[in-house]
Amino acid sequence: MKLNGKALLLKLDFLKQNKTAGLTGLALLVAGTACFCMGTGAKYIPAAMVGKTIFSHISGFWDGSDISPLYHTIIWKIRTPRALLAIMTGVCLASSGAVFQGCFKNPLVEPYILGTSSGAAFGAALGIMFPSFFMSVQMLAFAFAFLAVGLAYTMARTRGETPLVNLILSGIITGSIFTALVGIVKYLARDEALREIVFWLMGGFYYAGWTDVSLMLPVALVGFLILWSHGWKLNILSMGDKEARALGIDPEKNKFILISLSTLMTAAAVSSVGIIPWVGLMIPHAARLIFGPDHRVVLPASALLGALYLLICDTIARTLTQTEIPVGIITSLIGAPYLFFLVRTRGQRM
Amino acid sequence: MLKVENLYHAFNRRTILEDINFSVEKGQLCGLFGPNGSGKTTLFQCCLGFIRPDKGMIRFLDKDIRKLTIRETAQHVAYVPQHHTQPFPFQVEEMVLMGRTPHMRGFYKPAKKDQAAARTAMERVGISNLAREPFDILSGGQQQLVLIARAIAQGTDMIFLDEPTSALDFRNQTLVWKALRQIADQGTGILACSHDPNHVAWFCDTTVVLGSPGLVAKGDPSKVFSQQLMDEIYKGACEVSHAMDLKIILPSGLTRHPAEAAGC
Repeated sequence: MKLNGKALLLKLDFLKQNKTAGLTGLALLVAGTACFCMGTGAKYIPAAMVGKTIFSHISGFWDGSDISPLYHTIIWKIRTPRALLAIMTGVCLASSGAVFQGCFKNPLVEPYILGTSSGAAFGAALGIMFPSFFMSVQMLAFAFAFLAVGLAYTMARTRGETPLVNLILSGIITGSIFTALVGIVKYLARDEALREIVFWLMGGFYYAGWTDVSLMLPVALVGFLILWSHGWKLNILSMGDKEARALGIDPEKNKFILISLSTLMTAAAVSSVGIIPWVGLMIPHAARLIFGPDHRVVLPASALLGALYLLICDTIARTLTQTEIPVGIITSLIGAPYLFFLVRTRGQRM
Repeated sequence: MLKVENLYHAFNRRTILEDINFSVEKGQLCGLFGPNGSGKTTLFQCCLGFIRPDKGMIRFLDKDIRKLTIRETAQHVAYVPQHHTQPFPFQVEEMVLMGRTPHMRGFYKPAKKDQAAARTAMERVGISNLAREPFDILSGGQQQLVLIARAIAQGTDMIFLDEPTSALDFRNQTLVWKALRQIADQGTGILACSHDPNHVAWFCDTTVVLGSPGLVAKGDPSKVFSQQLMDEIYKGACEVSHAMDLKIILPSGLTRHPAEAAGC
């Protein structure tokens, strides 16, 4: 086991030197996997045909009239938005995970640490219990996710500073308050609503459609690009507040920008697909293991690996059995052994 | 270069710094020194702009530090922390390159001249051979040298060090102080906190001695360090002696090991 880990690290050293090549390769891998995953399912469609169908929709000059309408429906109306949503969720969760770990100087932090997930869960539970409320489940989840993080941030702030310990503690506090509130809603809910809440909490891409994609695309794309442009600053922030200041980077301002942006991305992901665990915690680790700790590379690598991971997990979730398994279960089942492997091999060095 | 005038600071209604005046010139290695709780760290943090003093003025090259932005301050002063814990395994090279941050613009992409500055800095403290090593597996002394190289790469007029040798073995302590001496001789002003009066006596040009509260003495350590001063700040715990033409501070009442003295 130990030797294998070392050999793996040696092989991966190649990628540490050739980061651009590695990232390009990873991007191609994500595209290829997406085509393959869109072909898999109740109706098998070859990857080439998937590519052709999508091409017919995005290129203006060819309408793909020689492709069967069934393929158009399956690929374009059902599987493409679903795959895109999985990719964007992966991008949002994994890159904000990397940002949180950098800002908090702690590789064991995940994007839900400030209470995003419990806030969203409460919002969604409310929306499911009171369907006649003027806001949709998704919007309620989003609003409460932000409310929870806002609360945690305000509680942690003392004398113009937000010390990390305060932030983590207040995140735990708001998290537990909202978890308790979800408990109340669950307790009061009727059987049907309860079932729906439970399913929502486990996360999944069941109802993915083009509306979800169009809502999430700007957040994921713009958010990620801004985060990526802060890659070097994140390196500096991971040195700690005092050193960051002495190196000319304002820690309060930059942490505020980065944390609010990652919260926005996490909240957007959670409110449209539910709580998907592990991605934000373990994907940045994997990215660091492959490409080294420089956040200018870790951020895009995390985004791509997160996309890849969720694409694969979602495909497993919808094809493994007759009915769909919530994807959160799959991400945990695959993620936990991976983290175990990481902890065992990390003893030497990561 | 650094000028501190009439500095006062109180924390929780306890006066920590009172009427502090001193200056550090170009090429000087200044040892900031005093017993625990005498306000060394507070003074240090005031000079770096981490905390704002209640009264008084701190200037770099005649510029009031209250008027400098964080970035401008970082272009004038570099800071070497006492201890650095790094959660991510950055390579030495990357750590040193981070010192160039206050000189980078836009997306903070290190330019050729930044890479060159980082390489020169590593050569100056003799750690070029460690460039590709991860920072977190280095020994304490090597880590301290990396942080010093980062400060050199920052290309500032002054470097502040917070107890640079407190966690190092004897050889590494000497190594770090000699490196600092050399950097000062090449024209950088250095302010270093230390708990060890001997380090100040052996390596520094000038010293600022803090008691509580306020300045007890300042100037050339070979003149300032007297039995009277040591009695005042350490309450009779040590004696000033001489070795070669240097002062050496020994614990008072030091005798040979009792077992040997008894002839066992």
